[in-house]
Amino acid sequence: MIAVELRKLFRRPRTWVTIALLNALPVLVGVLISLTDLAPRPGEGPAFLSAVLTNGTLYPLAALAIVLPLFLPIAVALIAGDAVAGEAQAGTLRYLLARPAGRTRLLVAKLVSVFAFVFVTVIVVAAVGYLVGRLFFDVQPIGGTSLGGTTLTSAQIVQRTLLAIGYVSVSMLGVAAFALFFSTLTDSPLVAMLGALGVLVASSLLFTLDAASSIAPYLPTRYWLAFVDLFREPILWRDVVRGLGLQAVYVVVLLGAAWANFTTKDVTS
Amino acid sequence: MTTVIATRGLQKRYGQVRAVDGIDLDVRAGDVYGFLGANGSGKTTTVRMLLGLVLPTAGEVEVLGQRMPRAGRKVLPRVGALIESPAHYGHLSGRANLALLDAAGPGGARRTRRTRIETVLEQVGLAGVGRRPVKAYSLGMRQRLGLAAALLRRPELLVLDEPTNGLDPQGIHEVRDLLLELNRTGTTVFLSSHLLAEVEQLATRVGVLDRGRLVLQDELARLTAPTGATVVETPDPQRVRAALDGRVLALGETRAVVRGSDPAEVNAALVAAGVPVTGLALQRPSLEEVVLAAASTSADRVEAPGARR
Repeated sequence: MIAVELRKLFRRPRTWVTIALLNALPVLVGVLISLTDLAPRPGEGPAFLSAVLTNGTLYPLAALAIVLPLFLPIAVALIAGDAVAGEAQAGTLRYLLARPAGRTRLLVAKLVSVFAFVFVTVIVVAAVGYLVGRLFFDVQPIGGTSLGGTTLTSAQIVQRTLLAIGYVSVSMLGVAAFALFFSTLTDSPLVAMLGALGVLVASSLLFTLDAASSIAPYLPTRYWLAFVDLFREPILWRDVVRGLGLQAVYVVVLLGAAWANFTTKDVTS
Repeated sequence: MTTVIATRGLQKRYGQVRAVDGIDLDVRAGDVYGFLGANGSGKTTTVRMLLGLVLPTAGEVEVLGQRMPRAGRKVLPRVGALIESPAHYGHLSGRANLALLDAAGPGGARRTRRTRIETVLEQVGLAGVGRRPVKAYSLGMRQRLGLAAALLRRPELLVLDEPTNGLDPQGIHEVRDLLLELNRTGTTVFLSSHLLAEVEQLATRVGVLDRGRLVLQDELARLTAPTGATVVETPDPQRVRAALDGRVLALGETRAVVRGSDPAEVNAALVAAGVPVTGLALQRPSLEEVVLAAASTSADRVEAPGARR
């Protein structure tokens, strides 16, 4: 069943179009910066972008920082929101369940395929960022790279980039869990996707509001940018660990709700 | 005869509305069971409860001798279903669709998958369809592919909802022959339809649903059995009344209905009286008449004659 879902996801042209579009923006930014040599000043614009002119190996991180606030969540919400509601809308859900695929099995398979999409997407963004960095910017093969006052060796950068990829992926699992839960509530994939995005927009907005500071630590987007802390010396683990814990809670609770809803609902689509 | 589908007091409520209101289906092995009812009478909800898609509010469902939806994992691989319209992944070919669906559940051995797919495509008349994506299929081809998916694991029971929808007359004829052939080789067919003619041609048993209640369930042959009257075709019906006074049940423009279950005897009497007769036949109610009579009166009054429960 998991193999079937993976095959369905990655044989679908839309999956790859989504990933390709997602990569268009970081590539465009990379081209523009390398042509004009005008990087944003440190502290402005997406994280790491100011440093890429001196070290192209940081571009995967810059690429992730560019797509993280909006494009990456949209892509994840699109695919995860489609997972169950898309089958319902197409009418294939009733045939899968009458096959019988088993409701819990189907949901687990959907979950695995959505998680696979998250990891593949994040890795592709990082890989394309790496290529852009190699092609358009100077790469310092050895020696330290200064980053906001800390100096890291290239071995450290590679190691921490991999950690950052993992962290961003986990952050996106929360989005996926929201979209998958909404996907079991409705027969419209659009509604599921917009529901998940609505949660993220609300969370980002509340985060900037002083009056909401008491609930700020529990907002799903609160620790998204904590992967920047992985590049301090020594690593500031506090927010990273909290971010991982928070995402884990959201994923567990929402998947539990999705399971409870999906296994007991009447399939009338 | 073993029971293939049995429901007891099956009920589904949506809020205050009773979509299905206490029905006792009885489908036996070897039947072609025609499940009739107007749109909105609860047919689709019933079919979905049989397959475990909709959970009953009350009552029991047994399919192939086991309780649904609990035993779905054991029962459903032995059931082929076409639920309302067929549905496929439009960007994939028909073969890829069948392969994915087959791999999605138990009871579809990978080793035999390719040959089974070729066999069913041949059966439904799609053998030469090639690698075209399903979104390029016509409505009739999609219907055939949906039927192929239902047949993929040689099911003991076929649950079909409007299987000839979207087919041209030639296609309807092919599907009818295919279903009769499958039935001859032992497949029980549960055919949900609002097309009376289709059911009349295929079914051996009939159930009629009206506003969520099963108002009629019987052998088709018994329902359309001769009524004991003879229909006489004649250019001059008034003379029939003169010749067979007291036996005439109804008169029309060119026909008369006469009591008597032996057309030869009626004919002899009329010819002896010099009445011109152009046609003679035993009167049989059509399925349409039976269904209309059952569905138009109040549900509990129609229960008594005909229905065996």
